[in-house]
Amino acid sequence: MRHRTFFWFVFPTVSAMILFIAFPIVSVLLQSVYAPHPAVLVEVETCTPLVGCTIETVMDQDATKALRNAEPLGRFVGFDIYFDRGHLAISEVKEIFINSNSLYEIFKKVSNLPFYRAMGFTLTFTFVVTPFVIILGFLIAITVNAINSKLKGLVIFFSLLPFVVTQLIGALVLFWMIDSRGILGNAVQWILSDPNLSLKASTGVMWVSLIIYGIWHAAPFAFVIFYAGLQTLPQDQIEAAKIDGASRYQQTRYIIIPHLFPLITFVALIQLMDNFRVFEPIVGFNASAHAQSLSWFIFNDLGGETRQLSSAAASSVLTIIGVSILLFPVLLRTWQDFREKT
Amino acid sequence: MTTKLEKRPTSLKVLIYVFIVIWLIIAAFPFIWTVWGSFKVELDFFSISDWTYALTGERTKAEYGTPFTGRGYEGAWIENYFWRNALNTFIICFFVVCTSLTIGTLGGYALSRSSYQYTFWLLVIALIFRAMPPITLVAGYMLPFFEWNIWGILPTTIIVLVAINQPFTLWMLHSFFQNIPKELDESAKVDGCTQFEAFRFVIIPAMWPGVITTGLFSFLLAYNDFAVTSMLLSENNRTMVPAIEAFLGTTYTEGNIMFAVAAVVSTTIPLFLLVMFFQKQIVSGLTAGAVKG
Repeated sequence: MRHRTFFWFVFPTVSAMILFIAFPIVSVLLQSVYAPHPAVLVEVETCTPLVGCTIETVMDQDATKALRNAEPLGRFVGFDIYFDRGHLAISEVKEIFINSNSLYEIFKKVSNLPFYRAMGFTLTFTFVVTPFVIILGFLIAITVNAINSKLKGLVIFFSLLPFVVTQLIGALVLFWMIDSRGILGNAVQWILSDPNLSLKASTGVMWVSLIIYGIWHAAPFAFVIFYAGLQTLPQDQIEAAKIDGASRYQQTRYIIIPHLFPLITFVALIQLMDNFRVFEPIVGFNASAHAQSLSWFIFNDLGGETRQLSSAAASSVLTIIGVSILLFPVLLRTWQDFREKT
Repeated sequence: MTTKLEKRPTSLKVLIYVFIVIWLIIAAFPFIWTVWGSFKVELDFFSISDWTYALTGERTKAEYGTPFTGRGYEGAWIENYFWRNALNTFIICFFVVCTSLTIGTLGGYALSRSSYQYTFWLLVIALIFRAMPPITLVAGYMLPFFEWNIWGILPTTIIVLVAINQPFTLWMLHSFFQNIPKELDESAKVDGCTQFEAFRFVIIPAMWPGVITTGLFSFLLAYNDFAVTSMLLSENNRTMVPAIEAFLGTTYTEGNIMFAVAAVVSTTIPLFLLVMFFQKQIVSGLTAGAVKG
């Protein structure tokens, strides 16, 4: 295809991506180093006879407006927003390092700072959910592969539901059951005979519930991928292994898992990126008192009456950096594939 | 496959079926429970005194005379204008799917037919863009959209969702077009067609299976979106998912939570039907990405 024709074919899609993905990233980078202008204050002396003169500080509406119009981005503050208490909290961390005696104390104090607490939850969520999703997805795939083919369609239909349904809705549906007044919450209270056990009161229970939600939501994805992989199993190798007397476990361990391995890495890479951006379940579970994530910070800054754009922008840049680190192996793999092809 | 099963010892067979049944319960029970509960009053669905009330609907009987009531649906759809949110969702999904498929097929086709180095880089950039969480981009939209006074309306959100959708659409259609033999449009060009005519008359008739699968995923993205729609739409233009979140936030008085439950069930039904009718396409779409790359 000639360059000219190619250009016109890709023009609409490329311009959409430049305008609404590339520019916003630039815009986020810019906003994160600018803070909104403070109001311009002027001192006004008002004198009344008999009472005397008072000096009042009032906001100069016109000057403030003029300043905001002249520089709509705000004033340049460099990395100040990144370093403030709501984000990397550099000075607080420094202080903790100077004043603490043990590593445990440092760890405990640092993980109380909002950004590090959110990072703690995000990373725990990402690295617990991902392996469980792979294991559960694999188990479902090999069992579904073994059942009567008439039942398969039905099983696949129900299995897809947790993955296809809107994340917020899936989270709410589970939350209403796990809630202390819901059926599962009630059951757990009854089993442990602890009537005060409640999702809203305990950080630990909340984290476990969110992680269970994450596994429930993503396991169908892993299942579908692995199930497709199982359809291309090398039957001759399995036959040969059977003749050699390999047990079921050995067949799984030495033939099926190596065959699925590229798919396992694929699911792992996708899941690491997806789980890192967790935030809808936090909204659905109303969990913000116990668990926050970087994405939730952005959501929280942007919503509400006071839209804190600069703070949201800084959180966004930090999220993008995190995603890029997780994305790196994927890009490396794509590059290798491309090199092999050419 | 059935012959393989026959060779399995009975204990393993039992284990397999027990596992499948447990998984089915885990996957489907929450939805069935919520559909059942959406026809009850709050004190039954969230029963503190006795959980069997949720099954029998004691309080619902006491209040309305029957164990089932459409009160939640009435409250959500009529009193709280959930039909408007449903209409907005429908409009947004329709235009997002149409636009992103139109520009996506053109782009995906060109990417599959050009063998220059820059096609690879375009695809890699698309991959990077796909990894960006939409919520991080939203922070970048706010200021310019306020400045230009285009915040809060449906067209803006449609364009944003189309753009966010493009990287995925491009990758998917690119791999579908690669499976359509190049010789088809090459021979059309030899016969005197321009590239666009070859695309129009030779490729378009052959591309529908891939386009339908891609369209399904575009639809799911637009329908399920929460981050973009909740931030970029004003209260009157809200779609269903942010509307549900708003139900939870503002109307926490007794009984009103059932409006949210009814709205959740109403929003899930179209997805239910979608999975039922397009199960094959969804499965093939999910696996296309894995096999290719």
